[in-house]
Amino acid sequence: MDPILKVENLVKRYSKRSLLGPPQEFLALDSVSFALSAGTTLAIVGESGSGKSTLASCIACLETPTSGNLWFEGANLAHYAESELRKIRPQIQLIFPDPASSMNPRWSILEIVVEPLAVQGKLGRKERMLRAFSLLERVGLSADMAERPATELSGGQRQRLAIARALTLDPKILILDEALSALDCSVQAQIANLLLELQSSHGMTFLFITHDLTMAAHLADEIIVMSHGQIVEHARSAAILRNPNHEATRQLLAAVPKFSLAPGPATQP
Amino acid sequence: MESFLEVQNLQVSYRSHEHRSRPVLSGVSFGLMPGEILGVLGESGSGKSTLAASILRLLPPNGHIGNGAVFFEGKNLLQAPSEALRNIRGGRVSLIFQEPSLALHPTIRVGEQVRRVLASHQSLSRNELSERTRNVFIQLFPQDTDRILRSYPHQLSGGQRQRALIAQAIACYPAIVIADEPTAALDPVTQLEILGVFRALREQLSLAMIFITHNPALLSGFADRILVLYAGQVAEWGPAESVLRSPKHPYTRALFESLPGISTEMEKSHKTLLPVIPGNSSPASLPRKGCSFEPRCSVRMDVCKEFEPVLVDLGKKHVVSCFKYKE
Repeated sequence: MDPILKVENLVKRYSKRSLLGPPQEFLALDSVSFALSAGTTLAIVGESGSGKSTLASCIACLETPTSGNLWFEGANLAHYAESELRKIRPQIQLIFPDPASSMNPRWSILEIVVEPLAVQGKLGRKERMLRAFSLLERVGLSADMAERPATELSGGQRQRLAIARALTLDPKILILDEALSALDCSVQAQIANLLLELQSSHGMTFLFITHDLTMAAHLADEIIVMSHGQIVEHARSAAILRNPNHEATRQLLAAVPKFSLAPGPATQP
Repeated sequence: MESFLEVQNLQVSYRSHEHRSRPVLSGVSFGLMPGEILGVLGESGSGKSTLAASILRLLPPNGHIGNGAVFFEGKNLLQAPSEALRNIRGGRVSLIFQEPSLALHPTIRVGEQVRRVLASHQSLSRNELSERTRNVFIQLFPQDTDRILRSYPHQLSGGQRQRALIAQAIACYPAIVIADEPTAALDPVTQLEILGVFRALREQLSLAMIFITHNPALLSGFADRILVLYAGQVAEWGPAESVLRSPKHPYTRALFESLPGISTEMEKSHKTLLPVIPGNSSPASLPRKGCSFEPRCSVRMDVCKEFEPVLVDLGKKHVVSCFKYKE
């Protein structure tokens, strides 16, 4: 299958200006290359500061890479001008770890979902509403909640709303940046199931950024391990778990707490 | 062995804007043994942070302790005069908060922040204070001790900041450290490192710990006993090994089953739907009577709708609050 997204030798360098002396340079992404096939999930794992979120921002066209190519549907986004990027951004949506801080607290749930359609000037008023309601249903939020403010939602419901909002514009790729980390374990499972369902019913493509190797292994077809801005390992999920090649992967694996449930139903005293 | 911190029938509620009072903890009882690590497991809204705060009476102004007692070294902390309580807080019992970047003062060097804790609890000379501070830092930062003493919080990494907070908590050699999600903001490798620090300190200082978390996997191999909270009540309390391996309460079991696992049979479960607990535990969705987990429970019975279960002793120090079990 042709990849929907191809990243080639992507470099992102930040420079910190200092009062005295030359500016300090920091290499956040060091020649990163990989491909993402449509309808699959790719997980990017790594310690804090390994460059995961910088990579997400570059792919979502929120940061301009210093050098390298970013092929999306045959076009190289790295060379696009701002006006052209505006047309691309709706197709690559990003979901943040804390949805509460990315929503207007005074807006109703419906307003939040309709907003992207209004901004992009798509559909008439009535169609927008219909689309919003069908999306809310798809992510498991009931229509009678639509008029309530988003602040009344629980953490899991808010993350559902964030997913509904990201889906309004029919994105080709959904980037989930630590989208489950702030949630309770039982809620994580609910949202993970929602993602799996969206993928099997609508063929969504996910880029799943996390430091939770267990969840990455469960959801993703392939895993990329990053360390100090470089990709140190890239393989199918099962292979990464079975024989990790790089020290950073082994460290991440060692940090996964070992814990397994004895079989048997709950009712046995 | 006798428990030396005893929480009895603790009831805490919060007043909301409309003068309604919402119960957060209803009748929580447990004990802590000397040198024991008690893992308190609960999801958001289960009352786990309220439990930490009410032991030291550090509730926000709208929090109200309705009933109960917290016995420590022969005193009921809930009735102790505030002068006595001030000596206990940070001295005998200390608290570590979730967000290390918020708990440290941003414009005071971390060494100074630890020194001030010592100074407020013990009357020591300047030289003694500096030496004690340095000794505490040596325990947590064997390398680079002096550089870190002189650092400001923003110059430290997340893990180092958490270590600095731990230094503050253990400066006066307390008997108990209460840690509220101390590793939630850290990545897994740093998380593991901080758990190691706690384990080492427990050995060196014979500390007892109340370790509050929402992540059951963190407690495995770390906690001695586990207390599971659901909707402000004790669902289950027992030895860590048996709670983690064969949880008795339907909530605990369903929670553990919803975690994706890394195992040899991973390929079979890979990308399959996880078994989830239906519904949520928000205050609005809790039942008015009966067992608070009943609406979400897969093995509920008629009796669960009508009556509240009491704690049943299963032997081997394992208690569970469920009608499925009889003494």
